[in-house]
Amino acid sequence: METLIETPPRKVNIADPPEGHTGEGYFATRLDKVIGLARKNSIWPLPFATSCCGIEFMATMASHYDFARFGSERVSFSPRQADLLMVMGTIAKKMGPILKQVYEQMAEPRWVVAVGACASSGGIFDTYSVLQGIDQIIPVDVYVPGCPPRPEQIIDGLMKIQDLVHNESLRRRNSPEYKELLASYGIKTVDN
Amino acid sequence: MITNETILNKLKENFGEKITNPDLQYGILSVSTDHEHIMKVMEFLKNDPELDFNFLTDLCGVHFPHRDHQFEVVYHLHSFRNNIRLRVKLPLSGDSPHAPSMIPLWSGANWMERETYDFFGIIFEGHPNLKRILNVDEMTIFPMRKEYPLEDNTRKDKNDEMFGRDPKLIRADI
Amino acid sequence: MKTDGQHIVLQEDGLERETITLNIGPTHPATHGVFQNIVEIDGERIVSGDSTIGYIHRAFEKIAEHRPYYQITPLTDRLNYCSAPINNMGWHMTCEKLLGVNLPKRVEYLRVIIMELARIADHLICNSILGVDTGAYSGFLYLMQYRELIYEIWEEICGSRLTTNIGRIGGLERDFNDIAWRKLGKFMKEYPKALKEFEKLFTRNRIFMDRTKGAGPISAERAMSYGFTGPNLRAAGVDYDVRVQQPYSSYEDFDFIVPVGTRGDTYDRYLVRNEEMWQSLSIIRQAIEKIDKLEDKTSYHADVPQYYLPPKEEVYNNMEALIYQFKIVMGEIDVPKGEVYHAVEGANGELGFYLISEGARSPYRLHFRRPCFIYYQAFTEMVKGQFVSDAIVTLSSLNVIAGELDA
Repeated sequence: METLIETPPRKVNIADPPEGHTGEGYFATRLDKVIGLARKNSIWPLPFATSCCGIEFMATMASHYDFARFGSERVSFSPRQADLLMVMGTIAKKMGPILKQVYEQMAEPRWVVAVGACASSGGIFDTYSVLQGIDQIIPVDVYVPGCPPRPEQIIDGLMKIQDLVHNESLRRRNSPEYKELLASYGIKTVDN
Repeated sequence: MITNETILNKLKENFGEKITNPDLQYGILSVSTDHEHIMKVMEFLKNDPELDFNFLTDLCGVHFPHRDHQFEVVYHLHSFRNNIRLRVKLPLSGDSPHAPSMIPLWSGANWMERETYDFFGIIFEGHPNLKRILNVDEMTIFPMRKEYPLEDNTRKDKNDEMFGRDPKLIRADI
Repeated sequence: MKTDGQHIVLQEDGLERETITLNIGPTHPATHGVFQNIVEIDGERIVSGDSTIGYIHRAFEKIAEHRPYYQITPLTDRLNYCSAPINNMGWHMTCEKLLGVNLPKRVEYLRVIIMELARIADHLICNSILGVDTGAYSGFLYLMQYRELIYEIWEEICGSRLTTNIGRIGGLERDFNDIAWRKLGKFMKEYPKALKEFEKLFTRNRIFMDRTKGAGPISAERAMSYGFTGPNLRAAGVDYDVRVQQPYSSYEDFDFIVPVGTRGDTYDRYLVRNEEMWQSLSIIRQAIEKIDKLEDKTSYHADVPQYYLPPKEEVYNNMEALIYQFKIVMGEIDVPKGEVYHAVEGANGELGFYLISEGARSPYRLHFRRPCFIYYQAFTEMVKGQFVSDAIVTLSSLNVIAGELDA
């Protein structure tokens, strides 16, 4: 069968190990570096796709701009099994409580990326029915501008999330500043 | 094949004075009628074997705050067999105007009437489930009316003066 | 329930039958869009349902009253965002009808190429996502490559991939350059092979046929009463196509078939969309030949300087062009008063624009006749008595785009 798309064979990159001491049969390094390395290369996203940016996400997931290279092979639609909430598309005021409910169901550690102009700030829709940015209701880590952003931009946003994940301290989610941040949005957690 | 004149003549034959304001704009004939006769006019248009307007293309509302009849419901009909379109307008007055529902004739009118109610506050008598469809259920105003602004006046993050909008005024003009 | 000492014996008439309320949506997998269906199910069969929409209501009609005519084009992009050029062209044709602008043949043929590419792009997504919903992910991956190629062609013409804002009132903003023609040629050579392979995977596949035959049927009379248009109506048996009934943009010069189904179920909708993709390919081929045969080889817009923005080189050098540019952008052009209704055959059906103009810079009232909004009403009737999995497949085959549903 003739091939439709011709691709040359490529070299596969494996992630670099963190700094540490090696010896005969052992490797000693810091725990948070190993956990950061493992987490950053296996982020499971929850694609909360509402409109046009969702179609660009579908293009990012497809084989041309393969998203699975970054470890996001399994997209999870259940919030309990997802690490990264990708909000793509306009969030109307009717949809706001649902987005908050989905965010509250996610287990720690969780990150949020707002893809597109509408999710970041309301976009071109400065109207009575559109929420002017999802950071009015949930805390956001990375904003990806564009209307819609190109798949390369969405991947760039994911790589910035990977940087955040890699360098996050293991104590951050229990710290008082983080709890204060969640309380300022009125997000209910297990403790309160 | 029938023409716009045939439609107008047949309507005038059967309804006489009740069909007002015939107008031909860009190829489509449009007529107006009033609230008591709209149902009979629509039934005639649908059931007449020569006219045969079996398809309701569109149903929408318009707000004219400077006219006597402030609201207007506009129906676009289409006859597949004759390949011709017709526009029927129903002017209504008052702050909460009533119009009969077209669901017995065309089931597709269901959501279109809900949308018109949601945007303009026109109440369709006989509708099985007349509640808001696109806006949040708790909304009390009818947003497409001309007196309401496009932007959300209650938001605090945008400074209206920077955009050249008077923050205290509800815009009553176009 | 009675016991005989040791076991609990269940009796048929003693069981209390209850229906379960199941909430499908508004965030449900397969990225269809945000709409909610609350269905009552008895076991696995759907007894009744209730749809809630409006989760992405962006108030397009209200925004359109506050924007000048040329700024409404990006709004129309976001209606059916899978085939944005068709919406743009439909809006431009509505404005041209209002202003009384006639376009040269070459421009109309170029528009036909763009619109048919958009139709292919939309049907491609709908059919491949229908495959994903029945469990077959690879069809989506095969065809998405060609949607990328279509994006590249649009990028050469207008600069943007998805929300294209293509064209101007009065024509196109630039001519197709050589790269665009080359990419179009590559698409025309390679896409038929991919589509044939996709058909081999699905059309006579036993599992796909069992999943989709008989799922969500609708009769022709009910479909017409609900106001269905487009492939959903054609699958039910009525051959209504706006391109044939009320041709626009020189569609009457082209020779194509309108495919029609019989039962109106999911399998018929899949087949109708598939055949429409082949017909679109044939139309594009005819358009390319016709453009080659025309004597006019360069025009890409009508000669209407009062409505069509002049090119920037002329604005900086020529006084007249500067004045026209100022007048168009500031809204000093006289727009005739009147009301226009213009419909185009979108990928989902008849997309209509009802425009009332009072001579001002913005429309007085602009209403979009959105096909998705009108045929989605029938969904609960279509799935009554069917299994939940049939409902999912029906929803996917109706091709409901949330942007067009809520506007």
